[in-house]
Amino acid sequence: MDITSLTVHELQEKLQAKELTSEEIVQAYVDRINDKEKDVKAFVTTLCDEALKEAKEIDKKRKNGEKLSNLAGIPIGIKDNMCTKGVKTTCSSKMLEDFVAPYNATVVEKLNDENLIDLGKLNMDEFAMGASTEYSYFKKTSNPWKLNTVPGGSSGGSAAAVAADLVPWALGSDTGGSIRQPSSFCGVVGLKPTYGLVSRYGLVAFASSLDQIGPITKDVRDAAMLLNIIAGHDERDSTSYDIPKKDYTKALKNDVKGLKIGIPKEYFGEGINEEVKKKLEEAIEIYKKLGAEVEEFSLDIAEYALATYYIIACAEASSNLGRFDGIRYGYRTENFANLKELYRNSRSEGFGPEVKRRIILGTYVLSSGYYDAYYKKAQQVRTLVKKEFDKAFEKYDVLLTPTSPTVAFEMGTRSENPLEMYLADICTVSVNIAGLPGISIPCGVNSDGMPIGMQLIGNKFEEEKILNAAYTFEQEYKFRDKYKPEFRK
Amino acid sequence: MSKSDYESVMGLEVHAELSTKTKIFCSCPTEFGGEPNTHTCPICMAMPGTLPVLNEKVVEYAVKAGLATNCTISRNSKNDRKNYFYPDLPKSYQISQFDKPLCEHGYVEIEDDEGNPKKIGITRIHIEEDAGKLNHNEFGGGSLVDLNRAGVPLIEIVSEPDLRSSGEVDRYLKKLKSILQYIEVSDCKMQEGSLRADVNVSVRKKGAKEFGTRTEMKNMNSFKAIQRAVDYEVDRQIDVIEDGGKIEQETLRWDDVSGKTFPMRDKEDAQDYRYFPEPDLVAIRLSEEYINDIKENLPEMPESRRERYINEFKLSEKDAKLLTASKYLSNMFEAAEKICGNAKVVANWLLSDVSRILNEKELEPEGIPFKAEHLAKLVELIEKGTISSAIGKKVVEELFESPRDPEEIIKEKGWIQISDEGAIKEVVEKVIANNPQSVADYKAGKDKAIGFLVGQAMKETKGKANPQMLNKMFKEELDK
Repeated sequence: MDITSLTVHELQEKLQAKELTSEEIVQAYVDRINDKEKDVKAFVTTLCDEALKEAKEIDKKRKNGEKLSNLAGIPIGIKDNMCTKGVKTTCSSKMLEDFVAPYNATVVEKLNDENLIDLGKLNMDEFAMGASTEYSYFKKTSNPWKLNTVPGGSSGGSAAAVAADLVPWALGSDTGGSIRQPSSFCGVVGLKPTYGLVSRYGLVAFASSLDQIGPITKDVRDAAMLLNIIAGHDERDSTSYDIPKKDYTKALKNDVKGLKIGIPKEYFGEGINEEVKKKLEEAIEIYKKLGAEVEEFSLDIAEYALATYYIIACAEASSNLGRFDGIRYGYRTENFANLKELYRNSRSEGFGPEVKRRIILGTYVLSSGYYDAYYKKAQQVRTLVKKEFDKAFEKYDVLLTPTSPTVAFEMGTRSENPLEMYLADICTVSVNIAGLPGISIPCGVNSDGMPIGMQLIGNKFEEEKILNAAYTFEQEYKFRDKYKPEFRK
Repeated sequence: MSKSDYESVMGLEVHAELSTKTKIFCSCPTEFGGEPNTHTCPICMAMPGTLPVLNEKVVEYAVKAGLATNCTISRNSKNDRKNYFYPDLPKSYQISQFDKPLCEHGYVEIEDDEGNPKKIGITRIHIEEDAGKLNHNEFGGGSLVDLNRAGVPLIEIVSEPDLRSSGEVDRYLKKLKSILQYIEVSDCKMQEGSLRADVNVSVRKKGAKEFGTRTEMKNMNSFKAIQRAVDYEVDRQIDVIEDGGKIEQETLRWDDVSGKTFPMRDKEDAQDYRYFPEPDLVAIRLSEEYINDIKENLPEMPESRRERYINEFKLSEKDAKLLTASKYLSNMFEAAEKICGNAKVVANWLLSDVSRILNEKELEPEGIPFKAEHLAKLVELIEKGTISSAIGKKVVEELFESPRDPEEIIKEKGWIQISDEGAIKEVVEKVIANNPQSVADYKAGKDKAIGFLVGQAMKETKGKANPQMLNKMFKEELDK
């Protein structure tokens, strides 16, 4: 049995049926990491020994008949911007190279409550700023479908690790597309929940009003299962909503008859790769065949979303990243004669170029004299974007778009051109701006065999609708049976 | 032109630490002191990934302060970030309120220099967090950061530029302090920095409509220093203008030793705080019901207490006003009155000897070291004749030195009044023998001489003899 190719719900069945032990599962992943991590470079920190030890303990508990969750003993990978007590949380930055948080993020607590086993911390663009994971201070992660291409970003480590079977599932975070776009590039499933559904406590903030943690998984059922674990009100996060707990797996009905799908035509215009467009059109046909009602409409505010996003995200980032000042924790320069130099040199030496670029941009748009023209205007546009989406959801259950205008690009081809890199987020940012849930699932490959992602956008707290729509497509299309990354061939 | 041709204009930004048990955004204690960085957690130390959660008590206290100063309470308010770098500010931004403060458009009433009532406008009251403290490192270079105070809740009370003299500034501050103490939202301990003021000062020619350029003195925490600083700064500004100079808008530091203001050494080149709405917190929405509930439960304010003292205890208006100026003093008065039932005498002790000693020691009423029970006991001891009021004064002094039961004090010190007839007679005979002139005066009809003789007898007994008995016995002896 090829353990690491199984989905989590398959692993869970085998655990329950006593066909597998937790140790066997974790050992399989440890072997896989030892074999393939050198090529993929998905991890910042691996916790193989700790994970094996934990697996043995859980097996013992299960044997002794102790009450454990159904998922106890299944491993997981965590993006390296979620705080883990006693394990480094680096945000892939020199600034936090040796930072060990004294507490667990709420989502990490929730994983612990289920006795999930942390296999390690996954690589990312520094402080989640980027779309290729090339802005990691430590290493460039490869896309398992083609090692000289990027896995996307910023949760590139999480998506690559899932695609390469280095972890069965992973947590990512999404500020402007950072879960969905790498999931699309790596041919896996990535869900960004509604803003406020998952606690942000312990997620190192990039842009507080946009950040959301979510699952990156092999299939839609796994995504629903991981969402079940991490969703829920947290009194430590004032922006988390207090809504009743749901079982999202119950939404997976494999039926889209009568489902109203809106196609915002702006997402299929200029700049979208023709092969991507073609695969999306095929997907639309499949939905029609399955009984969904599909209609094209105009979401014309969309063209302002990217600019709005970069203003708001950078403004918040410039403030959020102020705490990395070399005073209490993190990198401190050795080269300073006074306080100003301590600040300036610690931050100049500790942050990479993309982070600095965004801090400067954010500082600028909040400055007196520019605030009204940029930040305030962006907030006004944000309100309009929300209204446009509200209007769309009066008519449609879900919206369907490409996740990214292109497939994964080659390493080094965009990292020198920030604007081109920013365009990778063009299909995903408006979902964050409006605080909506969005899921990316694979809907085919291009002529080079590189995966193409489809994004389904739902109304606030209507994760069930997009999960069901995604699941139904997945069951019909069977992407996982048809295509495998370079690694599996 | 002379100084009397100018008018001074002052406005205050008063920061008061709220006396909530926990900090504004985490559950660390707000207690003053403690070993450095012991009242801290990942949130108030701004560890990566932590988030603030607004303490509801802070909102309640600020609304109380707003209602007590006649403000309009915003139904819809929010928090904002004020961004700047300093080592005592761990997040590199202070969570404060920018354009939607909790309370606006209020006033407090004080007396102007002529004793007429005057309203001082309150522009706004907003909530924010305090910063930590930097301690000079005694073991070498640099500074040490103590974040115990970081996140302690503050309200900032901004006044209109309605103050016209240092006396008004002083009365305004004392009034604010009294109000905040009455509604029990701040202990206003100036020595501990829980009440501090930024004072804006400008001058203009009398009758001018435009304000002059202002200077600001930051973080003042003594009434006396503020008064002196305002007087100095007003004079300095007039001198500058009279000499043909111009006032520069700047932040000044008051040096209490030299009695002068100096420009702040580290003059920040025009700080841009880049305020923007705090995305980690949700809007503060207050219902009519919530605000009314707080309004109805506001404690008794000084004005109504004053009326009650006049009606219930028959105190003079002046005494009632003095007592109620401080809630602490007023509470002590009420507690002592309840025990001994003698309002007037209790008030007298508090307003004469106790207040005098407080003044000498430069203490606020909160600095009274003894309890209301002690004061009540003192009043009772005098009433019963166990001690004289002269001894009473000494007991008060002693209560300030080492507070304990007055009965114990007088026993220990041997201050119990001599009321034994035999002993009194002995003293009276001795004094009569030693003062023939006074005796002669008395016999010649000068009744006053008796007073002198009683005085001599008190001296002889170190104040312990019962004065009524002395009086009576002298008369009996001399009239024989």
